[in-house]
Amino acid sequence: MIDVDPGLVGWSRAMFTLTAMYHWIFVPLTLGLSFLCAFFESIYVKTGDEEWKRITKFWMTLFGINFAIGVATGIILEFEFGTNWSSYSWMVGDIFGAPLAIEGIFAFFIEASFFAVMFFGWDKFSKGFHCFSTWMVAIGSNLSAVWILVANGWMQNPVGMVFNPEKARFEMESFFEVVFNPVAVSKFTHASSSGFLLASAFVVTVSSWYLLKKRHVEMAKRSIVVASVFGIISSVFVGLTGDEAAYEIAQVQPMKLAAMEGLYKGERGADLVAMGIINDAKAPGDVQEPFLFEIKIPGLLSLLANRELGSFVPGIDDLVWGNEKENVMGVNTMIEKGRMALTDLAAFKEAKKNGQEEAAAEALSKFNVNQQYMGYGHLKRPEDAVPPVGYVFNSFHIMVVLGTILPVIFVAFLFFTLKGSITEKRWLLPIGLSAGLLSMIASQAGWVTAEVGRQPWAIQGMLPVDVATSNLSMTSVQITFAMFAAIFTLLLIAEIFIMAKQISIGPEGH
Amino acid sequence: MISNLDYTTLQQLWWIICSLLGALFLFLNFVQGGQTLLWQVAKTEEEKALVVNSLGRKWELAFTTLVTFGGALFASFPKFYATSFGGAYWVWILILFTFVIQAVSYEYRSKPSNLLGAKTFELFLFINGSVGVLLIGAAVGTFFTGSNFALNSMNQVSWHYTLGDINLRGLEAAFSIFNLSLGLFLVFNARVLGALYLINSIDLQASAAMEERLRKAVWTNFLCSLPFLLIVLVSLLIRDGFGVDENGVVSMVAYKYLFNLLAMPQLLIMLLAGVVLVILGVVGAVFKKGEKGIWFSGLGTVLVGLVVLCLPAFNGTSFYPSKFDLQSSLTIYNASSSQFTLTTMTYVALAVPFVVGYIAYLWKVMNSKKLTVEEAMDHEAY
Repeated sequence: MIDVDPGLVGWSRAMFTLTAMYHWIFVPLTLGLSFLCAFFESIYVKTGDEEWKRITKFWMTLFGINFAIGVATGIILEFEFGTNWSSYSWMVGDIFGAPLAIEGIFAFFIEASFFAVMFFGWDKFSKGFHCFSTWMVAIGSNLSAVWILVANGWMQNPVGMVFNPEKARFEMESFFEVVFNPVAVSKFTHASSSGFLLASAFVVTVSSWYLLKKRHVEMAKRSIVVASVFGIISSVFVGLTGDEAAYEIAQVQPMKLAAMEGLYKGERGADLVAMGIINDAKAPGDVQEPFLFEIKIPGLLSLLANRELGSFVPGIDDLVWGNEKENVMGVNTMIEKGRMALTDLAAFKEAKKNGQEEAAAEALSKFNVNQQYMGYGHLKRPEDAVPPVGYVFNSFHIMVVLGTILPVIFVAFLFFTLKGSITEKRWLLPIGLSAGLLSMIASQAGWVTAEVGRQPWAIQGMLPVDVATSNLSMTSVQITFAMFAAIFTLLLIAEIFIMAKQISIGPEGH
Repeated sequence: MISNLDYTTLQQLWWIICSLLGALFLFLNFVQGGQTLLWQVAKTEEEKALVVNSLGRKWELAFTTLVTFGGALFASFPKFYATSFGGAYWVWILILFTFVIQAVSYEYRSKPSNLLGAKTFELFLFINGSVGVLLIGAAVGTFFTGSNFALNSMNQVSWHYTLGDINLRGLEAAFSIFNLSLGLFLVFNARVLGALYLINSIDLQASAAMEERLRKAVWTNFLCSLPFLLIVLVSLLIRDGFGVDENGVVSMVAYKYLFNLLAMPQLLIMLLAGVVLVILGVVGAVFKKGEKGIWFSGLGTVLVGLVVLCLPAFNGTSFYPSKFDLQSSLTIYNASSSQFTLTTMTYVALAVPFVVGYIAYLWKVMNSKKLTVEEAMDHEAY
């Protein structure tokens, strides 16, 4: 084993955080705006009303500007698994690589090919085929989300694989299990519908600005109707899939759930914290109160986590040190078993190298007893299995609160627009103006919950981040971080400038 | 049928599939080559718009092929993916960086309020087409010249080449004449392809001056590429290679790649056919004023690319050798995914002809009429 500098792990994670969060600024807008463009164009094809074509082309222009930077920030992510997480890539490439390859073959080529038709094929193809191409771009974008979220879901809940001790890697055993992993399904449905919601909010934001400026009022109103209907439907979906996601987390990542709720002492009939201020001084195992202030809903957490009132939800302390009464094995026990597994694995490999088949077989059978805890053998202390609770709790609650406000905004906009009085509601328009930003914050907070919440694991229970990283010098990663932070920030500012300019030009040119 | 394929066949099949993707990428590098020609062949704003918009309809194909090439390597040869990307870190990071700045440049170059100005985005395109392609060539060159890595018993990679105190992590690939020559050959070949593509796709009746510059660019870049091609070919024929025996032991073998060519005459034929096709495309464009050169030279590039990627992988050869620790070298047999994964991926690959089919159809319709100045200068164009 190569001893890894903790600073290197931190910077490698920072690098991934930087690139993933930047990428996720643009992706949800692509996921949703592509469908909205398809809706607008379908209405145009159906009605033949040129105003709808103008509307379609205007939103397509904004889509294109956003799409380009989404592509730019995406390529680094795919290769970063190799450059910065090479041990991870070797250990699980047999499983993890497949969805990435399929994403390329099935999704990216659809996007890339039909994108050119969408923007430059207006006069080269029939109306119907052009509209079909716009739909294909939307479908292609969302298909790519399917595959990358299958990959992410597998990291949260590794299924369909078996460890090969000779090669020291995990190998795929069932493609079906990997693809239909329940965590992957809830990840995709939740993330893509949140993208639809975000794009709808973006359209409401831009349209509100036009209404405030009293420009392009007709286009703004029509756009608002389509976007708020899409936003309301998406919100319902986000809620349902969010509930499913929380249930899955409770089943396969109970530590993440405990951190999301700041739950240290597990209980039957656990309460849901609706709002609270985390006590930063609180550490696992001590007697301090976890919250400085909190509002709780009695019994709801047990219901959401296990779909059974009065059921037991383990807290951080139960998971770290075990709870015999409730049949929870603690991380402390798992670490012991994991260390035994790693020792036996090393003995197996040594015996194999020296051609001692009998000793190898014996070491292997000992290894197999504790194999499932192998990942825990890398942890130094039981508390290392606890993610940063404050981050996870806060980001989760920010996501939920904002996710609850947004559908109310959509309903209000739809109601007043259909009533014909939206232009008079001067108090509502500034709220609409903020919708895009609010949903962006909610969306980023959701990913912080998901990814910080599973720390210290790169693959849940199997591979901690400090064993997954590439053996680089910290300076190399710091320079890379600075390079990409600088270029992404520069390109983001350019994107915002260009988009603001196009919005201020408006659909006139189209 | 696929489920009956044995492990060795699957490993070989997947190396060929990955090589084909890589070779297609080298053909699609006409986009990159075209980018480096922008300032040279386009003197007026109209001409610039023609070049940028013509390439702008295709840049994503090249980009996507690169990403899919990476994904396919990850899925089928994860040990290569981990060792090369995690090991030769700086080469790959710099290559990626040039593709990051490319991806926004078409969309942002001519948009008002783009912060950096059109010239900057044109420079981004130039860097991608020159530095990016050069480094890709140097990286592929290490398939023959070897790298400086070692793998431990858990297959974790470490890199052993320092200059002063700095571990170069793959940048030392640029110190090899062979690697540099391969890189420079690819740069000039991409420029030949770029010029051929622009001749094929732009309505040049209105700008005879640019047509002349393009045809001249085909010829001069072809001439520039020749010495580097010669160095690469001669070096291939005489250099020692990284041979692997039946027990998987790696050793240096004299004239290894020459023997590989003789042992696999199909590669020799492809190599010769490829070079002839490239020359045919060039000659047709320069001396016969033809417009179809891109197809000849393009196919020729694919064939040569296939040979370059298959030559160091088959016939008992290590495709990603380590000169620091010979026994850490990677072969398609020790670096591949499991039989199960390769079988699954082969089912997936059955969809590829369908993908190629719709790409070809859309290409045909989009390029059915040559790009005109009016179209390129439209406010919705790049």
